[in-house]
Amino acid sequence: MKLKEIIEKLQLKVLAGQDKLDVEVTGGYTSDLLSDVIANSKEGNLWVTLQTHQNIIAVAKLKDLAGIIIVNNREPDEDTLQKANEENVPLIGSEEMAYEVAGKLYELISS
Amino acid sequence: MSNENELSHRFEINGRDFSNAGRASTSIKEILQEIGIDSSIIVRAAIASYEAEMNVVMYARRAVLTLNVTPEKLHLKLEDEGPGIENIDLAMKEGFSTATDEMREMGFGAGMGLPNIKKNADEFEISSTPGKGTTIKITISLDSTENK
Ligand SMILES: Nc1ncnc2c1ncn2[C@@H]1O[C@H](COP(=O)(O)OP(=O)(O)O)[C@@H](O)[C@H]1O
Ligand SMILES: [Mg+2]
Repeated sequence: MKLKEIIEKLQLKVLAGQDKLDVEVTGGYTSDLLSDVIANSKEGNLWVTLQTHQNIIAVAKLKDLAGIIIVNNREPDEDTLQKANEENVPLIGSEEMAYEVAGKLYELISS
Repeated sequence: MSNENELSHRFEINGRDFSNAGRASTSIKEILQEIGIDSSIIVRAAIASYEAEMNVVMYARRAVLTLNVTPEKLHLKLEDEGPGIENIDLAMKEGFSTATDEMREMGFGAGMGLPNIKKNADEFEISSTPGKGTTIKITISLDSTENK
């Protein structure tokens, strides 16, 4: 499923990186530990996290993730937004907590 | 670059430089993609170089990371100037970390870095002189029959 379709269906908010929403999402990965995400996420995964600092962009870029969903209505730092736009990494906001976002995402992608 | 079948690149990494953290590993990944290295190898090199780079950003003063690719092997060498590692066996244990609370809040300090560098390498060497710095050398074999 395309990222833009997921954003529409789950009513998520695009915060940055809007030029890359046409990408195919292969699955999701939920974690707030950067080493865990680097080691275990897969190309095309949508990363669900509460981290908001700029270093999440390099992680997404390095692992060719489809994008990052920041949960709990947390606001990314200014330099995170800027890096996401520079590197074309979709940064998406959700008001819900990680458990809910991941659950809905799982259902959507596996159906 | 003495040999035309050999490629080598050098990256400088600065301690505490969180705003450029990940640059060296991203460049390494892009170089490997450009020269057509197998994607499963690129993922392993990217994980190892990212963890090595982040350790410099978090714990050391500065470092040089060198990428060297021959037709048979991919080598990464990290040489840093910094506090060094007093007890390497302990540092290599999964879950061991001296990261500060602030770093942990950012999602660093899982204590998975060094173990994952080793896991993704075919050959792994680490040496350190407390008070001076740390050197890590890894090799990934490009022979597809040896792929992990
Ligand atoms: N380049 C380095 N210089 C000094 N100490 C280091 C270096 N790399 C790792 N260490 C030490 O080894 C520990 C374990 O490293 P690592 O496995 O990468 O986990 P983490 O970075 O999450 O703590 C670190 O917490 C630190 O004490
Ligand atoms: Mg580390």
